[in-house]
Amino acid sequence: MDLVKKRWWIIGLLLALIVAFLSPLASPHPDGLERVAEDHGFLERAREAPYQLIPDYLFPGIENEAAATITAGVVGTLLIFGLMYGLAWVLRQRTQSHGS
Amino acid sequence: MHIPDGFISTGTAAVSWLASAGSVGYAVRRVNRQLGERQVPLMGVTAAFIFAAQMMNFTVAGGTSGHLLGGALAAILLGPWAGMLVLTSVLVVQALLFQDGGLVALGANVLNMAVIGVLVGWVVYTGLRRLLSDRPWATWVSGFAAAWLSVVIASLAAAVELAVSGTSPWGVALPAMGLVHMLIGIGEGLITVAVLAFLRVTRPDLLTLYQKAQGA
Repeated sequence: MDLVKKRWWIIGLLLALIVAFLSPLASPHPDGLERVAEDHGFLERAREAPYQLIPDYLFPGIENEAAATITAGVVGTLLIFGLMYGLAWVLRQRTQSHGS
Repeated sequence: MHIPDGFISTGTAAVSWLASAGSVGYAVRRVNRQLGERQVPLMGVTAAFIFAAQMMNFTVAGGTSGHLLGGALAAILLGPWAGMLVLTSVLVVQALLFQDGGLVALGANVLNMAVIGVLVGWVVYTGLRRLLSDRPWATWVSGFAAAWLSVVIASLAAAVELAVSGTSPWGVALPAMGLVHMLIGIGEGLITVAVLAFLRVTRPDLLTLYQKAQGA
């Protein structure tokens, strides 16, 4: 119980990872902006990205599409968590050193 | 509603970059002075959850889908400035690593979803909470309205950028983007309220973390 209280963010991160694991179930339909672009004839204006790392949320080199999506989702979720945690931690250290 | 490169003109992109860079810079300064200890992991978890949830498209109507943007959710949990940084981080990683949203258009995407989406969510949520005061359903009604409106207003901002760029006429872009996102906004509202309800049951202290940090 004490661990749950102190390490609540681990549970939060696990819940985010569960959502990432479910991501192959996402609706395949185009999103709102894509739909509008398609219906009103400006979808072809979209330019390819200058480089491709993990395009379409499919981790490269994985044959199985669901597995590629899950891997991309898990990598992204962990990466975002680490990045945001680190950035917030740095900002908090600066808060303390200001002594206000 | 991640805008790919090619949809907006160079001028529109440049103005959006300036506006979003200025806003995010201001948010860093504000967060710098007031970040509480538990807000650090909460920012990490909120960003991770919003990234994962943005992959979960849900069907709305007519072969169209939407997904959570999370601007209102981040604002409610973290306040407008930390919320803005969370959404910005998600959008930057999506553009750089996942080629979701253009690089030239990144400024516009940050402006629409991280700046406008978060601020609208924050203003609507705090305004309605004050108006409804102690009513037991105040959190749910305010959360739903904040989430719904943040998506609709963000989509209208995107429509303005498309129209200014000459990509789509004003009379087409505004109603088309607005209408489809009025539907997607319902999903945004339901997910936002579900997360708030889950937190109310499991960790009610996290719901009021920002207000408490403000009062301290």
